[in-house]
Amino acid sequence: MPDVTFTVDGKKLTAPAGTLLIEACRKAGIEIPAFCYYPGLSLQAACRMCVVRQEKVPKLQTACTTTVAEGQVFTTESPEITQARKATIELLLGNHPLDCPVCDAGGECELQDMTFRYGAGESLYTEAKNHREEQKWSPAVYFDRPRCILCYRCVRMCGEGMDVWALGIANRGSSAIIAPNGGDHLDCEQCGMCIDACPVGALTSDTYRYKTRPWEMNHVSTVCTHCGDGCKVTLGVRQVDDGAEIVRGDNRDKSGINGDFLCAKGRFGFDFVDSKDRLTKPLVRNAAGTLEPVTWEHAIRVVSNKLKEIRDSKTENGGGSSIGVIGSNTGTNEENYLLQKFARTVLGTNNIDHIRTTDYAAFVRAMAGHEHRAASLRDTETAKAILLIGGNPTEEHPLLAWNIRTNFRHNTARLYIATDSPIKLERQARQTLSLPVEGYESLTAFLSGDDSALGEIENAKTFREAVNAEESLLVIFGQEFRGAAIESLVKWGLAKENVKFAYLGDYANSRGAADMGLSPDLLPGYIPVTTPGAFAEEYPNLSTQPGMTAPEMLDAGCRGELAALYIVGSDPVTAYGTDPAALKRAFVVVQDIFLTGTAALADVVLPAASLYEKAGTVTNTFGDIQLVKKAADKAGVKPDFEILVRIAGGMGADVKKLVPFGRGSITVPAVTAPALSVDFVPTPRPIPSLRGIHGDLGQSRGAHSGEADRHAVWLAARGLELRLSPFDPLAALDEIERLVPSYKLDRLNLFAGNDVHSEPGFVPVASLTAPTAAELILPAHDGLFTSGVLGDHTKALVELNSYQESISQPVAEAAAD
Amino acid sequence: MPKLTSHPDEVKIISKRFGMGAANIDRYIELGGYEATRKCLAEGSEWIINEMKASGLRGRGGAGFPTGLKWSFVPKQSAKPKYVLVNGDESEPGTCKDHLIFLHDPHAIIEGTIIAGLAIGAKMGFIYLRGEYRYLIEIMEKAVADAYAKGFLGKNIFGTETEFQAVVQTGAGAYEVGEESALMESLEGKRGVPRIKPPFPAVVGLYGGPTVINNAETIASVPHIITMGGAAYAAVGSERNGGTRLFGISGHVERPGIYELPMGYNLKKMIYEVAGGVRGGRKLKAVVPGGSSTPVLLPEEIETLGMDFDQVGKAGSMLGSGGVVVIDDQTCIVEFALRTISFYQHESCGWCIPCREGTDWLKKSLTRFHAGFGTKKDIDNIQYLAENMMGRTFCPLGDAAAMPTLGFVKKFRKEFEDHLDGKPCPYAKHVEVALV
Amino acid sequence: MSSAETMSIFSPALSARFDALVLKYPVKRSALIPMMLYAQDEVGYLSDAVIEEIAQRLDLTMLDVRNVASYYSMLRFKPVGKYNVQVCTNISCMLRGAYDIFEHLEEKLGIGHKGITADGVFSLEEVECIGVCCWAPAIQVNYDFHDDLTNDKVDEVIAAYRAKAGRADAKGESANA
Repeated sequence: MPDVTFTVDGKKLTAPAGTLLIEACRKAGIEIPAFCYYPGLSLQAACRMCVVRQEKVPKLQTACTTTVAEGQVFTTESPEITQARKATIELLLGNHPLDCPVCDAGGECELQDMTFRYGAGESLYTEAKNHREEQKWSPAVYFDRPRCILCYRCVRMCGEGMDVWALGIANRGSSAIIAPNGGDHLDCEQCGMCIDACPVGALTSDTYRYKTRPWEMNHVSTVCTHCGDGCKVTLGVRQVDDGAEIVRGDNRDKSGINGDFLCAKGRFGFDFVDSKDRLTKPLVRNAAGTLEPVTWEHAIRVVSNKLKEIRDSKTENGGGSSIGVIGSNTGTNEENYLLQKFARTVLGTNNIDHIRTTDYAAFVRAMAGHEHRAASLRDTETAKAILLIGGNPTEEHPLLAWNIRTNFRHNTARLYIATDSPIKLERQARQTLSLPVEGYESLTAFLSGDDSALGEIENAKTFREAVNAEESLLVIFGQEFRGAAIESLVKWGLAKENVKFAYLGDYANSRGAADMGLSPDLLPGYIPVTTPGAFAEEYPNLSTQPGMTAPEMLDAGCRGELAALYIVGSDPVTAYGTDPAALKRAFVVVQDIFLTGTAALADVVLPAASLYEKAGTVTNTFGDIQLVKKAADKAGVKPDFEILVRIAGGMGADVKKLVPFGRGSITVPAVTAPALSVDFVPTPRPIPSLRGIHGDLGQSRGAHSGEADRHAVWLAARGLELRLSPFDPLAALDEIERLVPSYKLDRLNLFAGNDVHSEPGFVPVASLTAPTAAELILPAHDGLFTSGVLGDHTKALVELNSYQESISQPVAEAAAD
Repeated sequence: MPKLTSHPDEVKIISKRFGMGAANIDRYIELGGYEATRKCLAEGSEWIINEMKASGLRGRGGAGFPTGLKWSFVPKQSAKPKYVLVNGDESEPGTCKDHLIFLHDPHAIIEGTIIAGLAIGAKMGFIYLRGEYRYLIEIMEKAVADAYAKGFLGKNIFGTETEFQAVVQTGAGAYEVGEESALMESLEGKRGVPRIKPPFPAVVGLYGGPTVINNAETIASVPHIITMGGAAYAAVGSERNGGTRLFGISGHVERPGIYELPMGYNLKKMIYEVAGGVRGGRKLKAVVPGGSSTPVLLPEEIETLGMDFDQVGKAGSMLGSGGVVVIDDQTCIVEFALRTISFYQHESCGWCIPCREGTDWLKKSLTRFHAGFGTKKDIDNIQYLAENMMGRTFCPLGDAAAMPTLGFVKKFRKEFEDHLDGKPCPYAKHVEVALV
Repeated sequence: MSSAETMSIFSPALSARFDALVLKYPVKRSALIPMMLYAQDEVGYLSDAVIEEIAQRLDLTMLDVRNVASYYSMLRFKPVGKYNVQVCTNISCMLRGAYDIFEHLEEKLGIGHKGITADGVFSLEEVECIGVCCWAPAIQVNYDFHDDLTNDKVDEVIAAYRAKAGRADAKGESANA
């Protein structure tokens, strides 16, 4: 649409013809109030708050439905308009209960704000208010009917936004009411989006209602710990005796990678931090064979002494290679980086791995050297055409599903789906193709031109024609693809222009675990241990022999060939079905937040902080990196990062070599790595002055981590060090950036709370080895209410899960009585 | 069965077949029926629209928009099918004129629908009747079936290449569905909530296609206009108000009923001569001139008032649906106002705040007030609320509730003040004590 | 979905009528309101089973059907008497004594607004304008209009329905015939 010029309150504004006046004004900094208008959802014109005066039009017009055209003249504030808005509020306040002092929305209520702004301070209303009892619609959602102002945001959010259509409007006139689809309960995805959309306190969540006042909380924006989409979540945190508790999760500032979206897990799935099953004291197995609480100092001493002893032992069953290390899918990049560095440089072993749910190594290998071909999650909201092969975004990647739906609704994006069983997103699909369970590789062959590859599937050719006719395409594929299958699919796409890829995997930082080198054969950035390049200098005594995979370590442990297993945030015994008794001979250390199957058989158990209790970065399955901020706190636990540094210190390692902090931490220029490929030129980073160090400016206190980074110039100018503490994870981020080719980060954006895309295209092709065996991949397939071990310990999710099961039972329908 | 009334001043155009058994298709044909349609088939769209424009016919639903002009807004070319919609959701209190048309002359509705279809190029028409009119729906359905049987409806109407289908639709009790876009929603099987305008129905209407929607009386006038000629029809009425109208006179008159009178007919004469004067020789207190949503008129305001859209508008009210409600001097205006606002409270669709909350608040206030628990400030509040509903609502229903309320409060303020201080209503015996 | 494929809770005649009804419109959802009304005429009210079948026939959710149904005042979710006496008390009728009629009926039937007599024969309802203003006061019993009423005429009307109910009982006809 061409731009038009129009006048608002005497100012000349320009916007594309047809833009809604309310949007054009907002962009120009003119705020027009509205209850029912919600960007991106259908128009209602119901609340009448956005009325404005348009020249030559007899009645006041609603700015939410007026589209701008050349030469129009509007007034958005005048005594007439103020009176209209004031009267509307007076009318609303007639029946709206004035229970603001106890209302969850009090202090965050749009009706309160409007009342304040338009000064409907005097109550003309002397009639009895229409009252109805509050209703519990599900374990997640409560409805306080009298507070509802009927803006229909929830109805549209649920229907248009979520494609669930569980809310409607019943009755009419002053009896009109928002009605749930189950009659008196909600049969839906329990995402809680309706609660966020509600401008008042009519819809409230079970987790938060009547808990606290919004101004009594700290609001910390961090990254959700559950799935691989990595939504930004704002946690409302309150001080309690044993730390700081989370009382609310939402994304009310609508910022970050997920905009307005958050699913049930992000919104309600945080109570695991307060679970009574939480480990809060270090445990060491005593002579009687039971785990006994000890001090941190004692536990660290036991672990460091034993690991040192084994590492230094010259016996057959000793040395670094007799120790195995398994890392986490939910820890931060910095922790994972540090863990593998610890394994490789302090323990002296390449026996480092994690429970792999997704074959990122194969994906990155296929993408290596091809820049701008990896899609970020944001691309899914704007791509003109999307080919989804495998996966089930609605269940396993709710934000991706939201983005695709939004893209379909706003941009009529063309969606092509090929899966082996029906998925909900087919409602938005232009074409679907039903594949045999084993048919994914054949699909690649078929797309590449092998007509016989798919046998006799009816619409396969029209599907292929449509896909091939797209000028640009975003290919999103699921965990059905591993190893060589990924390579051939990516190869097919790379041969075409304007094709981008995304690979769907589980957990908050599975991608980061792979990126950070939790692999026996790959260093951070997928650099093979056999040709370590820059790492040869960085990591003294680095072995170029690939180590054992996680299952191999467990097997070796069972055979008594592994002297020690050091396991961080992972439950391999349960995952691989290992016989706990068989591991008795190994010295097992587990640091985790719960007493997992593996922890139960450990010799030492270290209580770790959850992702909500620490700082750092995580990488979602799309390779988008985001900042994790410390929100909650739990007495007794420590972040994995700190535990690692302490153990390394206890083993007598030079901590400064492990974590570049303090004076002289960075003594070499950034660009020392031999050129791995011609197109990889790392950006040199400023090296802080080597003078002076003094005082903790607070940057090690978790939540504030990253402050020092922002203050780098000021610090450098005053001769202060950038990283003052070995426990500052950002110190590790500095090193990651220096050494991991795909992590060239826009820090300003990162620290502002935005996502920063990594670029697997920066990974050099030259020295890549063949991908590891695809059979190692164990997809988790967590759904809307499950989240591995975390989910089992999250009461809200357990409750929602059983509620969902109870309502999916067919209700015996009473016959016409 | 509603009684037919008549008066010598009547000019029977629409009502000329009333009471003559014209619901029977053969009888209708005998009386000259379906000739207008044949003529239109021969003359074509442009001619029809010109005749309609010449007739000066203005929408009989209440808004008074010129029908010919409305039809001319429909785009000639359209990717989506066009539709004709007949609004027989007659629900405005005081209005029962369409009732008689459906009862006595259903084929005039069908003819009018077909002609409207020919004018705009639609192949399908819907005749929507309020659900309470079940027996009339059955009459209409029979008439449509008979018309199909004669080949007047169907793929090739009257043996031509022209197609026209007609469907009779029932409502289920909702005043708001009388609003044109709400009626489309209802016909599409949805809640009868109006649509955002623009786009207007002539461009995007039923099922997204260009749609002409007319009141049943408007549609029933069409064949007569075609038969007598637009100019002749226009000559019957007053300036810029062509033809006749079915005026329904109800309330405190000796001979209530539906009378077809030329547009511009004097209201006083209508009450005192046509309807036989105020019942029981009582005095006239007030008149609601065009259905319950039109502001009340005082006796002195009707002396020379001609009943057409422009003159009643000038007098500060509206001709509306032509439902004249006569109120005698033994009626409590507060109670009348309360009954009026109760209706709009009941019928508000609830979509927008000013109408939903405003009608509810006004009803509560007036209930309390009429029960003798009012204060002087309440009178101001009632006026304030009504003034702040005017022009602010999503659709005209808010105005329909606010306008009469303002009329009552402004013109009968003294009567409101007589209810103050706990005094029982000095005018009427029915005091609904809804308050504790 | 045709009634042949699934067990319908409606009579064969109504079922067949619905099968035809959905074909009359360019969009089958248009059949929703008539369908609900006719189903109510047969079943007496919109039970969950009625709503479910209508939803199935029109590919709608039960929520959709309920939301639309609850908008229209003639549609109901609870049974009424065999003869539902609806008294218009809107302005034209009110001016001509509708409240007297209503009170008379309350006394005569011994029930109030929305009440049902113990024998289930009558229910009483105060309703908005029914479009009989010029022949006021008027009532509607089920779909039948009775206009220009006085208390005496009301007595005759009620007596006639009571007699009809008695005959129906004697013949064992169904309540909603």
